[in-house]
Amino acid sequence: MPDVILRKTSRVIEEIFHEGGPVPAKSLKRAAVMAVIKNPFAGRYEPDIQPFMEDLKPLGLSMAEKLVEMLGGADQIEGYGKAALIGADGELEHGALWHAPGGYAMRELLNGSNAIVPSTKKVGGVGARLDVPITHINASYVRSHFDSMEVGLNDAPRADEMMLILVMTTGARIHNRAGGLAAADIKGEDGLR
Amino acid sequence: MTAKIRKIAVNVEETHSEMGRNIAPPTRKAVAVAVIENPFAGVYQEDLSALMDIGAELGALLGDKCVAALGIAPAQAQSYGKSAMVGENGELEHAAAILHPKLGAPLRAAVEKGAALVASSKKMGSPGQVLDVPLGHKDAAYVRSHFDGIEVCLNDAPRANEIMVAVAVTDSGRPLPRVGGLTHDEAEGKDGLR
Repeated sequence: MPDVILRKTSRVIEEIFHEGGPVPAKSLKRAAVMAVIKNPFAGRYEPDIQPFMEDLKPLGLSMAEKLVEMLGGADQIEGYGKAALIGADGELEHGALWHAPGGYAMRELLNGSNAIVPSTKKVGGVGARLDVPITHINASYVRSHFDSMEVGLNDAPRADEMMLILVMTTGARIHNRAGGLAAADIKGEDGLR
Repeated sequence: MTAKIRKIAVNVEETHSEMGRNIAPPTRKAVAVAVIENPFAGVYQEDLSALMDIGAELGALLGDKCVAALGIAPAQAQSYGKSAMVGENGELEHAAAILHPKLGAPLRAAVEKGAALVASSKKMGSPGQVLDVPLGHKDAAYVRSHFDGIEVCLNDAPRANEIMVAVAVTDSGRPLPRVGGLTHDEAEGKDGLR
């Protein structure tokens, strides 16, 4: 199968102290790692694409490890998400190859990560922005942790590239007060509640 | 006056290949941005010294963030730049007050030396707007391989009463420099120019 050919990486960390309300004792950190790689299937219809998922595993793991390092350790992580942005000569389906290697890489590093990793994907041009959905790592219904992080790069994805993204956060929205299931109340068994 | 910071973001870009050519080691650029309350939003303030002090504070804070994000010793920094984008209730002069009088000295301390002028840009803007931070060699402004820039963009800033202040630092020049001119290795770095 084709190699993973990396053109560039970008990592972003946001630290949020308040959003107009009282400043909480603990700030919220959101981090994203983006990898821009060549799309081995650009410009043609390739029926058999699944082996590339195996090739993406080391990349996924290195991105997840970087996120954990950026946010101060696996025990700090409370939310996650993933996404793919496919250049114009590719196909939405190519982005779906990121689900397994991206998601399981994060879950492998995080204890108590029973929740499905929320995701989004689209085909876009250079400079396109993507809103990466975020939910609690252990219980998808935790309302305080429904969040998202916008990412994008001015020079990617080129037509024959794809941009793969992983996101982790250290907590709830900074002034969360919309009720629902609280992180403190979850059972953490089924990934939902 | 100290800056009332709503959020800070740090972005590191590494270029591993360009036009199919390997870049080893990868070129790396960092940009750190703080979103602060504009103390003079909606009013005309003659004396902008409070913003000048905020500039000094942010020069150190954001310069240190960039160097830490690159994981380098301060002396390994090669180029730098600074920019500000002022939300709609502010004034372009607010950006100038933050950037020019006092931000440079603590930034230079963060990257060690810094004989050259710090390249800068400023504009008014709204949430989600892109700010291009220019980059120039930190010790010799004529080093042609290090003329560059890095884009920064936050979907939720600057709000009308806010200012986005960005500092960029690199440990390298462009990925495949080949337009000649003074090089990093040739630069003396004494007069800030060559």
